Amino acid sequence: MTLPLEIQIAASELILAIGALALLILGAFRGDRSTGLVSLLAGLVLTAAAATAAFSPMGVIFRGGFVADAASAFAKVFIYLFSAIAILLGERWLSRLKSSRFEYPVLVMLAAVGMGMMVSAGDLISLYIGVELQSLALYVLCAFRRDDAKASEAALKYFVLGALSSGILLYGASLIYGFAGSTRFADISHAVHAGAGTGVIFGVVFLICGVAFKVSAAPFHMWTPDVYEGAPTPVVAFISAAPKLAAMVLFARLLLQAFPDAIEQWRQVIVVLAFISIAVGALAGLVQKNLKRLLAYSSIANIGYALIGLATGGQNGVQALLVFMVLYMIDVTGFFACMVALSRQGRPIERFEDFAGLAKEQPGLALAITGLSFSVMGIPPFSGFWGKFYIFKAALAGGLWPIAVFGLVGSVIAAFYYLRLVKIMWFDPSPGAADPAPVDARWIGMGLALFSSGFVVFALNPLDQAARAAARAFGLG
Amino acid sequence: MSFILSAIVFAPIVGVIAITALRFFAKPSEAEAVKRNSRWIALWTTLATLALSVLMVANFDPANAGFQFSESIPWFSGARYQMGVDGISVLFVLLTAFLMPLCIAASWNTIQDRVAEYMIAFLLLEVLMIGVFCAMDLILFYIFFEGGLIPMFLIIGIWGGKNRVYAAYKFFLYTLLGSVLMLAAILVMASVAKTTSIPELMVYKFAPGLQTWLWLAFFASFAVKLPMWPFHTWLPDAHVEAPTAGSVILAGILLKLGGYGFLRFSLPMFPVASTLFTPLIFTLSVIAIIYTSLVAFRQTDIKKLIAYSSVAHMGFVTMGIFAGNIYGVQGAIFQMISHGLISAALFLCVGVIYDRMHTREIAFYGGLVNRMPWYAAVFMLFTMGNVGLPATSGFVGEILTMTGLYGASTWAVLFATTGVILSAVYMLTCYRKVVMGDLVNPKLSGITDLDWREVAIFAPLIVGTLVLGIYPHLVLGVTQASAERLVDAWRATAGG
Repeated sequence: MTLPLEIQIAASELILAIGALALLILGAFRGDRSTGLVSLLAGLVLTAAAATAAFSPMGVIFRGGFVADAASAFAKVFIYLFSAIAILLGERWLSRLKSSRFEYPVLVMLAAVGMGMMVSAGDLISLYIGVELQSLALYVLCAFRRDDAKASEAALKYFVLGALSSGILLYGASLIYGFAGSTRFADISHAVHAGAGTGVIFGVVFLICGVAFKVSAAPFHMWTPDVYEGAPTPVVAFISAAPKLAAMVLFARLLLQAFPDAIEQWRQVIVVLAFISIAVGALAGLVQKNLKRLLAYSSIANIGYALIGLATGGQNGVQALLVFMVLYMIDVTGFFACMVALSRQGRPIERFEDFAGLAKEQPGLALAITGLSFSVMGIPPFSGFWGKFYIFKAALAGGLWPIAVFGLVGSVIAAFYYLRLVKIMWFDPSPGAADPAPVDARWIGMGLALFSSGFVVFALNPLDQAARAAARAFGLG
Repeated sequence: MSFILSAIVFAPIVGVIAITALRFFAKPSEAEAVKRNSRWIALWTTLATLALSVLMVANFDPANAGFQFSESIPWFSGARYQMGVDGISVLFVLLTAFLMPLCIAASWNTIQDRVAEYMIAFLLLEVLMIGVFCAMDLILFYIFFEGGLIPMFLIIGIWGGKNRVYAAYKFFLYTLLGSVLMLAAILVMASVAKTTSIPELMVYKFAPGLQTWLWLAFFASFAVKLPMWPFHTWLPDAHVEAPTAGSVILAGILLKLGGYGFLRFSLPMFPVASTLFTPLIFTLSVIAIIYTSLVAFRQTDIKKLIAYSSVAHMGFVTMGIFAGNIYGVQGAIFQMISHGLISAALFLCVGVIYDRMHTREIAFYGGLVNRMPWYAAVFMLFTMGNVGLPATSGFVGEILTMTGLYGASTWAVLFATTGVILSAVYMLTCYRKVVMGDLVNPKLSGITDLDWREVAIFAPLIVGTLVLGIYPHLVLGVTQASAERLVDAWRATAGG
């Protein structure tokens, strides 16, 4: 028996969606006792979905609304795997805080379905559905600890600003539909090829603003530091990794497949976004006292780097963007995993001074955080360097040297605040005993740090080839 | 012998793994054993690396101007894991491997806090430093070049002096800023020439306009590293705050990366731009020699004095490199090797009295010769070496660079020779104040002379300084063929 092609192509999302619903029913019947089981099953379903995404057939289905190609498969594998890691991190963390609920893994799965839709969207409508499915799940995850005022505040901020950005996105989409006569990327591309009017350009700018909100590119970044600070740490580990990759792939597909002929127009916007993001990320990071806020600014700067890859508009640029995002996800997840593992007297460690003297008390985790810091700083041979390497290489080859030099200088400024973290951990005396680190988060953090600080050089070749194949799917020169 | 270079570069990793395992699996009660064993593991690892390096140099063919012991494995997207050494780099590998065991021995008693971490940092530093000289791919080179910042940052920041955090930051950020500009140049070169292999890039002809920019970007990095005036301000801070062994590596190896970079990249890859900027280099070097010599004269801290003296000596190196003839280049390489021995020894000399008295103030000392005759003799020898007395290696380097420079610019020689006189002024003044005279300070009355460990550290350095001073062919014979090829290639392409 062979399944219809549509089902085969969309198999990974179907597995996830059905799995999420089934686990929801299981949880509803068995209550919060079943959280461990639901989490375990959710992790397995996500891993299965990742494997399915890697091997399922490619094609365009649902009248162009759903595209499965090398790019979407590449993104989905990483998105689903990192979602599984987020479940692993979150479930144990919440159960330690006695606020473990079975909805957590289910929400992560639903967000993952949304992200799968995002990277496969070939139509403005499916794009919007994907974005909303993902966002709604994330809003709830942010507020997962209902009794925590900070988390609720973060979730509310995220929700209000997210709804605003969705509105902008939708308005842009309606403009495009009005002027191009279709919501399908392929048709829009034809219409734009014939000539991009002012209306279409307006629409593109609105779309870019909407997506820029989702990836937290400056000046649409205001929600990021507050959400990062307020939301539960494992949730931030999730938000800061997989959704960013999904949104960047969606960004690339939207601009490169629907508006390839308007590249001169949208490139300016993207370059400006990259400029501002790198500047804001590097400078505002200097004055932060909370590591979660710092990582929020760091993510803003890093999105700026990723946007440089997008701005080149070529195959090398997209490849660079994919490599960069994957390596960045590894770093940032590692960072948050280490933070999940750390606490002093039962209080999670977040502020800079809490890290003082950690090298003596938790040498393994301190080493992991040090490695990850040097990695996001962009020092070779750590993984963050390779991401930047690809980005700047594509930018310089594409003639975007002003932004490339600016980005390099920005990375030196940003180095200052990561160095401060290293300094505090290694050079300063400790204020008090750190608690023993829980095994799960510690191993995830140290494993990712280990990958990022050495093993990455062996992974470069496969990553390079996979990302190149994925970038080729956009059919660029 | 096909993988000897990789073996040398990565040999210290074995020690790193062993010490890490020791550190993490030992019980808290075994802290003393961990310390002791970390020291021994580090010492044996560095000695094994030295043995491998000696083996490599013994098999090196000096008549061959090209790259030897080449290794090349595809890596990713066109980049290759490519290693090789020629006459220019082979002795730096040996110098690094030679200084490392001395550094470990010099830290034997001084470092009591986090010994395992300290040894790991030094072994990693060794991997990266030797790697820089062996890397034959631009990307690989950049990894080693830049990666070296991390262990050095930690060495200064964790085991340094009072103002260590400031010094560590300054060192790191200063060098990083220089390096990212070089990274930009590397990426441009990779996309223009479609290769990152250094031997291939050495014969690739970049457009003259592009050469100017690329040269400047590389200059930004090497001038900071070397350091050249006015990019030298990080060096005195880093030296003063670093532990003794850190200063040894900083002066002995890290500074040489800049000179090596000029020889390996600037001259062969951007010959037109190198000719264009030669006057700039000469001007900066002359200023460096005279100005930093004068600054050195006014220092009250012995380590700072030697740090400034390093900047002045590196001025000779850059002038020799850009003199554009065989004497200059040979002299520059020799000067770098010689300075690697002498400045390392001088910092160790400072370390000896610092370990005993915990101050580096010149005014604190005086009359040490009465209590420490052996120390006085050793310090004397290296002071003379730094001044450039004949029969020490310092002399050969200076005379060769001057001879070479004479062929390029008489004016530059005129100013540079004043540097030789000035170096005698500040070094001898310092020596007189610290060692000669009567023992006035009562705190010094109990100071002890060199112990057997310190003698063992100084002995190889003394032998090296004297042997190279008396028989410089040991170095020059190895570097000759490659230096000639470099100079000929520059002359041919630059039309000089």
